[in-house]
Amino acid sequence: MQVESRRFKKQAHEALHDENIQKAFSKVKTGFPVNRAKAVSELPEFDDLRDAARDLKNHILAHLDFYLETFEEQVTLQGGQVHWCSSYAEARDAVLKICEAANARTVTKGKSMITEEMSLNSFLEEKGIEPIETDLGEYIIQLAHETPSHIIAPALHKTKDQVTELFHEKHGKYGFHERLTDPQALVNEARSILRQKYVDADVGITGANFLIAETGSTVIVTNEGNGDLTQSLPKTHIAVSSIEKVVPTLEDASTLLRLLARSATGQEMSVYTTFSTGPRRADDIDGPAAFHVVLVDAGRSELVGSDKQDLLRCLKCGACMNHCPVYQAVGGHSYGWVYPGPIGAALNPQMVGLEEARHLPNASSFCGRCEEVCPVRIPLPKIMRLWREEAFEKQIAPKPERWGIGLWAFFTKRPALYRLATGLAARLLHAMGGRRGRISKLPLLSGWTSVRDFPAPLGKTFMQQWKEQKGAGK
Amino acid sequence: MTARDKILGRIRQRLGREGPLEGAEAAALRARIDGHQRGIVPNRTNIPHAAQVDLFQEKAEALAATVSRAKSLNDVPEIVSDYLTRHNLPGKIKMSPAPFLDGIPFGAMPMIEITRGAAEASDEVSLTPAFTGIAETGTLCMASGANTPSTLNFLPENHIVVIRASQIAGTLEESWDRLRQAFGEGNMPRTVNFISGPSRTADIEQTLIMGAHGPRRLHIVIVDDGPEDT
Repeated sequence: MQVESRRFKKQAHEALHDENIQKAFSKVKTGFPVNRAKAVSELPEFDDLRDAARDLKNHILAHLDFYLETFEEQVTLQGGQVHWCSSYAEARDAVLKICEAANARTVTKGKSMITEEMSLNSFLEEKGIEPIETDLGEYIIQLAHETPSHIIAPALHKTKDQVTELFHEKHGKYGFHERLTDPQALVNEARSILRQKYVDADVGITGANFLIAETGSTVIVTNEGNGDLTQSLPKTHIAVSSIEKVVPTLEDASTLLRLLARSATGQEMSVYTTFSTGPRRADDIDGPAAFHVVLVDAGRSELVGSDKQDLLRCLKCGACMNHCPVYQAVGGHSYGWVYPGPIGAALNPQMVGLEEARHLPNASSFCGRCEEVCPVRIPLPKIMRLWREEAFEKQIAPKPERWGIGLWAFFTKRPALYRLATGLAARLLHAMGGRRGRISKLPLLSGWTSVRDFPAPLGKTFMQQWKEQKGAGK
Repeated sequence: MTARDKILGRIRQRLGREGPLEGAEAAALRARIDGHQRGIVPNRTNIPHAAQVDLFQEKAEALAATVSRAKSLNDVPEIVSDYLTRHNLPGKIKMSPAPFLDGIPFGAMPMIEITRGAAEASDEVSLTPAFTGIAETGTLCMASGANTPSTLNFLPENHIVVIRASQIAGTLEESWDRLRQAFGEGNMPRTVNFISGPSRTADIEQTLIMGAHGPRRLHIVIVDDGPEDT
């Protein structure tokens, strides 16, 4: 996917003034988090499961090579094939080769974030193969030539009216000419168009929520059933997965499944959880004749053993963004790459470079809700802070910012001087606030004062008041 | 150097290792896999089997599936016929070739035309067995095979599932154990589907709509155990 993270500030600013985006994302806080809270309250073991999942993922990462090799052995044993790819380019080529060998003209696709990362759709189109997204949200944004704004609800930024217009414009060629406004009718129309696509497709491509080392299975989780039609009707099934998705056993997958849907949508289980193992058996009467796993690294192995390894625990549930006040305000596209919200702020600098994504770790008030709801307890604020430090140390942050922080550090390391300076500042700002106690213009702080007043301090610093009140015996 | 060597090499280097794990360490990981060690299993299914069956029904209904109870397979044709009438569906059913379903006396119901095999795009109603039911969440577990094509679980708009009460297990883990027992260690069927209610989407303004791509309706018939099951 095209990286636009450098433009975060501008994109966020535009999103804040976009009526449709504000309308769409304002619904996030009353939807997912409420459902999640209910599901969590109904499972007393939930927090213990989170600890177990954290430990399990850490165990896997400490033995990642072993579990990947075991997984490959089992896939091969079951008659499938694993394609190791260290970069997006290698992964695209691996998919293309399989499609060419299958003489594929069209491929259906289940929702997969890794194929978004590697820009698979535009690549296949260039090579004359038509990719058809089948998840309704992905289908909508593919029609609109847009990118996902949420990792489990990719068309979250679209209003119903926009979908109405989009379908009306694009579905005429299938004989649908009515302008539909009822969501059920819109879903039905997409359903009937995609039905034939599943049957006609030569190859079905899905992602994978988990890879099972024990059995060589790939696992997908959906609510629509699109992933299952995608992988069971065409002759070839390709599962594209990143390397950190491997888990040892079916029991381990069960532990993570108990957390995944509850954290994502507040469901106890998603409607369809599917384990796929090898191609169809000799006497099976349906299912794909060929099964391929495209295993993608693309920078993940660099995280193993690093101070940011915890990121590899991510289950891609979306809970962090669902609970993030910044994400709710600026929407998904502002982040400028595949992963928005707190996980994007922590992960994207690794994936696309800190220089490109340096704004993202700053797009946080460090309220900590993301870490509080993360099913695998990723310390997201801590990782954002590590990136901030790195941006300072590597001189990626602009000079005024670095000088400002340098100046701050100079004072904080000299407490007497710090108290003197803050005491002066508090008095000065108090005087500037006048009787209203508010300041409407401040040098260097127009970013704040152009949209709201700055509340003036009361004239004394905390330390001064502390001294006085302690002296007064309070 | 192949991509495989590159990736595994980089992981090992980052983990401070020269080569693959060997000896006791590798054996311990292998034993962890073979031991199928369970994690934390919710306590809610720690109840007698009859209560598990009730929990399964309650959970499945909460997921917008509908559930009927039958004393024996003899009751199934009428339940199916009522279902078709209620939803104004034609009397045509695509049924799994599973021998278990042979026991349903559809001969007494000549209005219903039964064909058997994998699903086709034109099929409106499917009837299948399940491998297990899982009381914990009201989930069905389906195992694909020569007699249980998995397309029947997804392509038709209506999916009817007939399951014996004895097939209902407490948890996911119990279902895995039954699967290993039935298919043999290390032999997964091509497709294992866990199904929790009918298909749905909330991709348009987070409004919940049923019947996105898979079945719009899921009807589960729980049949009391026959003499052969007890």
